[in-house]
Amino acid sequence: MQERRDQTQQKQLLLKLEGICKQFPGVLALDNVDFDLREGEVHVLFGENGAGKSTLINIVAGSLRPTSGKLIYRDKETHFSSVHSARKIGISAVFQEFSLIPQLTVTQNLFLGVEKTRRGLLDQKTMNLQAKEILNKLGFQLHPAAKIMSLTRAEQQMVEIAKAFSSELSILILDEPTASLTERETERLFELINQAKSRGVGVIYITHRMGEINRISDRITVLRDGRYVTTLDTGTISDVDLVELMTGRVIDHIFPKIRYNPGETLLRVENLVTEDRSVRDASIEVKKGEIVGMAGLVGSGKSEIMRACFGIEGIRRGDIYFEGQRINKITPASMMKHGVFYVPPDRRIEGLLMMRAVRENISLSALDISRLSIGSFFLRTQKEKEMVQELATQMQLSPPKVERMVGHFSGGNQQKVMLAKVLTRETKLFIFDEPTVGVDVGTRAAIYEFIRDLCEAGAAIVLVSSDLPEILHLTNRAYVFYRGKIQAELQGDDITEKNVLLNFFEQDAA
Amino acid sequence: MSETIVPKINKFIMTLLRRSFIRMGVLPFLIILAAIIFTSLSSNFLSVRNILNVTRQSTYLIIVSMGQMLALLTGGFDLSVGTIIAVSSVVGAMAMAAASSMFPGAVVLAIVIGLLAGLLAGLTIGAINGIGVSVFNVNPFMMTLGMASVGFGIALYLTGGIPVYGMPEQFSNIFGFGMFLGVPTPVCITALLAVIMFILLNRTRIGRYFYAIGGNIKASSLSGINTRWNLFLAYLFCSGLATISGLLLTARLETGEANIGASMPLESIAACVIGGVSLRGGVGRIDNVILGAFFIGLLQNGMNLAKIESYLQTVVIGLLLIFAVITDQLRQYLIAKSQD
Repeated sequence: MQERRDQTQQKQLLLKLEGICKQFPGVLALDNVDFDLREGEVHVLFGENGAGKSTLINIVAGSLRPTSGKLIYRDKETHFSSVHSARKIGISAVFQEFSLIPQLTVTQNLFLGVEKTRRGLLDQKTMNLQAKEILNKLGFQLHPAAKIMSLTRAEQQMVEIAKAFSSELSILILDEPTASLTERETERLFELINQAKSRGVGVIYITHRMGEINRISDRITVLRDGRYVTTLDTGTISDVDLVELMTGRVIDHIFPKIRYNPGETLLRVENLVTEDRSVRDASIEVKKGEIVGMAGLVGSGKSEIMRACFGIEGIRRGDIYFEGQRINKITPASMMKHGVFYVPPDRRIEGLLMMRAVRENISLSALDISRLSIGSFFLRTQKEKEMVQELATQMQLSPPKVERMVGHFSGGNQQKVMLAKVLTRETKLFIFDEPTVGVDVGTRAAIYEFIRDLCEAGAAIVLVSSDLPEILHLTNRAYVFYRGKIQAELQGDDITEKNVLLNFFEQDAA
Repeated sequence: MSETIVPKINKFIMTLLRRSFIRMGVLPFLIILAAIIFTSLSSNFLSVRNILNVTRQSTYLIIVSMGQMLALLTGGFDLSVGTIIAVSSVVGAMAMAAASSMFPGAVVLAIVIGLLAGLLAGLTIGAINGIGVSVFNVNPFMMTLGMASVGFGIALYLTGGIPVYGMPEQFSNIFGFGMFLGVPTPVCITALLAVIMFILLNRTRIGRYFYAIGGNIKASSLSGINTRWNLFLAYLFCSGLATISGLLLTARLETGEANIGASMPLESIAACVIGGVSLRGGVGRIDNVILGAFFIGLLQNGMNLAKIESYLQTVVIGLLLIFAVITDQLRQYLIAKSQD
């Protein structure tokens, strides 16, 4: 251990960040953060969602500019005006959100912006050959002429990684790269990272998985609530201590104690197969007064099954029963009439009307109830105002201006607006799909309490989450999905990190 | 002393201008600017008679723009409004002429038959647009462009390109040149439609859903809104308003013509955009749209009085549209900045 430490310290400093601050409207995402990266090391950034990891790597990759602070690359102070200028000096990033163009082929994406030309025309032949070479070298079995949109998420992830490796590298940024890879593909990626290390490439690596940290990293920097906590050598700290560093004092308070009181079955799904086969033959049951967790990797079917129950995903086969009755017509409108409410994971894409006022957003799904409408046509605008004002106060919206555009609120407050929507109707089953993505710790705690209150009031709750601690601390029953199938159903004390993670992957690999 | 006051006043005026620009957009400034320029060019411009005249002339565009606004609010647009005007004019006039020759005494009956026939023809085009956009997910651009060609072809085929005569005189006397309580009938009808539209957009579920669908169609669908039905309604209502405009124009011209309305798609979209309707959907106010359409009427009238050639006038309208879009971008930028 001592030996390894000496080695890394001798290595040259590649990148140094000093006192980086980043202010977003309403949120200070990074508060005076220091970070450094040496040649040939893997440096893990560790922290909760919203701790500022993504903001930090976005600054290094040139897609965000710091509000203040210094960025020193190889002993020279630098400013990246764009991703392109960061790329030019060899900084490549693989983000969780892909930067691929779905309509183009693998080759075209790999060479996007750095196309090879011959006498002013595109040199398709050379590019195809080189693409094949790159993919072979990486050991990814992909066809260079395949269109991105025809690939699975894991395959797209591979293209994204190949893109990063295809240019001359000095710093490689990987943001949860293994999230949708299989065991074998992950192994291959680790080999590649080791190769890159030996060539002197510095790797910034974001992951939530303890196993990965211990396997491939040299140092760990912990961030919490946008602030720098500490930097440690891997192996000098236990997993438990590391998690405590990450969550800090908040750990005791963030997850509330919940009194579950499972009652009669509200929702029963039998042998469900979705149109796109993202869910295959899954059966679940949700009772009143309990919180059921849906765990698994992105695309494992954990979200899709609930979306199918709400009429968003097409259903090929299978039955859905609500309150004992078989439901034939499954559309969002009809499910809401039955008393089901689905809160989508992405505010921007499916959740909110960003350019409309908070008032219109909160009341939108309840305009058909008699409290807000006269007949089926006219609105009671005064009643609407009163109701929304009341909910905004209850949710502690800040600032409490309900006529302001939703897009002008901070992420946490936008999330509150989404949650306020569920209180406008009489609802028996709440489905929360990743309810705390991109919100700060304070709002997270508020959201958990919100969910607890609903549960203790007797509602049935389904919590779809990629955030393991949420599943561990909030649910009394959990289904773990793998590739569209239910791999395990865990109950009470059996819901442990080990049990859940074990089922994230193929059974034979585990 | 005065040296320190002047910059202060300047600064005050600048902030005031900036604030009002952010609040109301570029339109009030344009109207004031146009009024100043045209008044200096022609003494007739600001006379009561001329302003009344502009108002009456603008009504046709105002009605169409209100319809266009619905399509824009849902995130689409309707390029077939001109064709709808032409088809309703031709079909309405032919039906009215046929009915009045069949029942020479029954003038009211003939007018009603003509109006209903025109309305039916116009709404049919709107319904087809609506079905194409909402059920078959055809891009509104292609759908309405296609229907514009179909409708125009039908209107020409029916008439052979010749104006349709033979409508009862009373039709034009009432709906074209008539007065109601001292106000021209078209203006009265436009005012009534404006009130209905205001209520529809601000006090009914349908209106709210139009904004919601344009704001975020996925979120609307997840909120339990029947997005298909409401999209269909938007195009249907749009065609209804265009049809009314077409029938009123027919009364004014005293003939049914296939060539009227050709400039309506551009002008109605321009009126909406100048009035602050977002091309991405979800944002826009009916009062500003009416003002935008009125402004275009004012501009055309002013240019006529200033003896600017009509070919050049279309150049001005086109440039104005682009200018409005650019200033709107600036406004969005300022809004975002002032909210930090």
